[in-house]
Amino acid sequence: MASPSTALARALRGAIRATGRGGTTAPGRFLLGMEPEAIRRLGRRLAGGAVLVSATNGKTTTASMIAAVLERSGTATVRNRAGSNMHWGVATALLDAGRAPDEVGIFEVDEAWLGRIADELDPRMLVLGNLFRDQLDRYGELEGLADRWGELTAERAGRSQLVLCADDPLVADLGRDQPGVTYFGVEDHTLALPELQHAADSKHCRRCGHPYEYSAIYMGHLGHYRCPGCGRERPAPEVAAERVVLRGMSGSRVTVRTPAGRTEIELPLPGLYNVYNALGASAAALGLGAALDDARAGLAAMGAVFGRVEHIAVDGRDVAILLVKNPAGANEVLRTLTLEEGALDLWLALNDRIADGRDVSWIWDADFELLAGRVHRVTCSGTRAEEMALRLKYAGVDAPIETDRELGRSLDTALAGAADGRPLYALPTYTALLELRDLLAGRGVAPRWSE
Amino acid sequence: MAATLRVCSLYPELMNIYADRGNIAVLRARCAWRGIGFELARASVGETVDAGAHDLFYMGGGQDRDQAAVARDMVATKREALHRAAARGAVVLAVCGGYQLLGAGYELGGEELPGVGLVDLRTVREPGPRLIGNCAIEADLGSGPRVIAGFENHGGRTYLGEGERPLGRVLSGHGNNGKDGFEGVHRGNVIGTYLHGPLLPKNAWLADRLIELALGVELQPLDDAMEDAAHESALSAAGL
Repeated sequence: MASPSTALARALRGAIRATGRGGTTAPGRFLLGMEPEAIRRLGRRLAGGAVLVSATNGKTTTASMIAAVLERSGTATVRNRAGSNMHWGVATALLDAGRAPDEVGIFEVDEAWLGRIADELDPRMLVLGNLFRDQLDRYGELEGLADRWGELTAERAGRSQLVLCADDPLVADLGRDQPGVTYFGVEDHTLALPELQHAADSKHCRRCGHPYEYSAIYMGHLGHYRCPGCGRERPAPEVAAERVVLRGMSGSRVTVRTPAGRTEIELPLPGLYNVYNALGASAAALGLGAALDDARAGLAAMGAVFGRVEHIAVDGRDVAILLVKNPAGANEVLRTLTLEEGALDLWLALNDRIADGRDVSWIWDADFELLAGRVHRVTCSGTRAEEMALRLKYAGVDAPIETDRELGRSLDTALAGAADGRPLYALPTYTALLELRDLLAGRGVAPRWSE
Repeated sequence: MAATLRVCSLYPELMNIYADRGNIAVLRARCAWRGIGFELARASVGETVDAGAHDLFYMGGGQDRDQAAVARDMVATKREALHRAAARGAVVLAVCGGYQLLGAGYELGGEELPGVGLVDLRTVREPGPRLIGNCAIEADLGSGPRVIAGFENHGGRTYLGEGERPLGRVLSGHGNNGKDGFEGVHRGNVIGTYLHGPLLPKNAWLADRLIELALGVELQPLDDAMEDAAHESALSAAGL
């Protein structure tokens, strides 16, 4: 029997969904308003425990991947959707908890909310992917965030399994001298970049302050590093991508080594960043008891994740939606786009709402220079469209750059101006993505995103 | 025009937290479009600078730990050269964390970071939240009052010494300390400000003015339709 507050919050969610909107946060806000400890109470209904996934980039995709693998192995899951990953998003998701035996909660959690939600949910596992500069106006400096994660992982020692990215020094350090750590990482040197990208953030050893020496850099500050001062180095991962063949927007083939053996994964999501997500998800799912073949098959069957490489047909044209929200993530999207043949048709929507970060500085830290000479036509939209357009001008994009803050009209401009038979790549920030999905749903070309 | 703008970027790998390379990119492009040469040097930890070899010194913001290392190093290895460069009229542009190191010192978490003393100011931490948000100020860099738009995000509060001139008057936002209504510092060609965003892409006129001051030339206008639109966008974000 549901508690009165849960029943009311569910009713609110039903009413919001009936209006055709997502309803991913308001029921949770309402619930927490009536019952501040609701997450703690509802979390106890998860007989299989809770798994929290956090990272600057990739938490939505990684959480979806873990759930896909667990569901393939017959485990019921409860999870938050549509990137709604703060307190109220988790509370909304927990409205569904307790409906199946051995159910596992898989929650992606905002970096800044991780400590609070871990305290409430007593998770059996923490899956931590990467830390990059993101929304400095909201999170503060990266070092401070890493310190708080350090306190959390120390406090959770022995109570939560840790699944950590070995290639991000800030994240790998969280598992030093801790029990129950599984590391994952990439070990294919053919993918290494020639030098550290500008978006690399953690370039100095946190123990002794020396700059790391890298024998391979895969993205941002992720790679194979060693401190020449104190000798601290990348831990050897238990789950590793031994060979990665990137196939542009269509995905990749990854040979993964795990404690349960080797497997070949045909990953339908593009880019090395999704390889990292798949490795984290594999390590987590294996740690939760899934079989290796379920991991392989579950990842191979991954559909689009909300706004993370969705393809939607609009007016007969393929619109590929790729969320961009910070320099490191944007760089990986741009790098993936440059693997495509021919000149690109682009629609970029830069918003500065609170969930995007009010500070749009970050566009100058992303390597939009990768687009120079590669663009057929670009349309900029969103609340800061003009500043996005200017960024492209100084990045050396010499194609026509249109600017129109109004999302729907600018999308129509972009669709009309794109080359015949070519896809339109839509790169929105988070709230622009929500608006875009509402817009496309309103036109009847995409489903509502609550499902 | 045969001139060349010689820029020295101070601690670029440490002091770059708010997209500071955007400022350099704008200086570079606006020189290139006018046929002005552009040279970019860098000076980091342990490296000295040649006071006569650069027309413009740039320093951006950094995380607390990096800023502390930079403060000590800058006083030890670059202080004298920066004073000589400023004395001969080189432009020094310091943004955010760099700005906090221009003066007497920065009291940070019980520790006093040294400053290079190019201007008379002190920065302290006080109780209260970080000062964060879109910001606009009115400034006069010798070509009449103009508006500078940007984004500020600082825990430190900066107080100018008596007789020291601020860069501008706050039209919207917090400014140096959230109290006195002023922002930044401006003495000779030494400019400090909390406004990032980055600063120069949002204010192309300021980029041009700095090039003029650094080279002692007068620039011809460019087609700035996109720059003007971006400036307006940043201003409206600040509520103007």
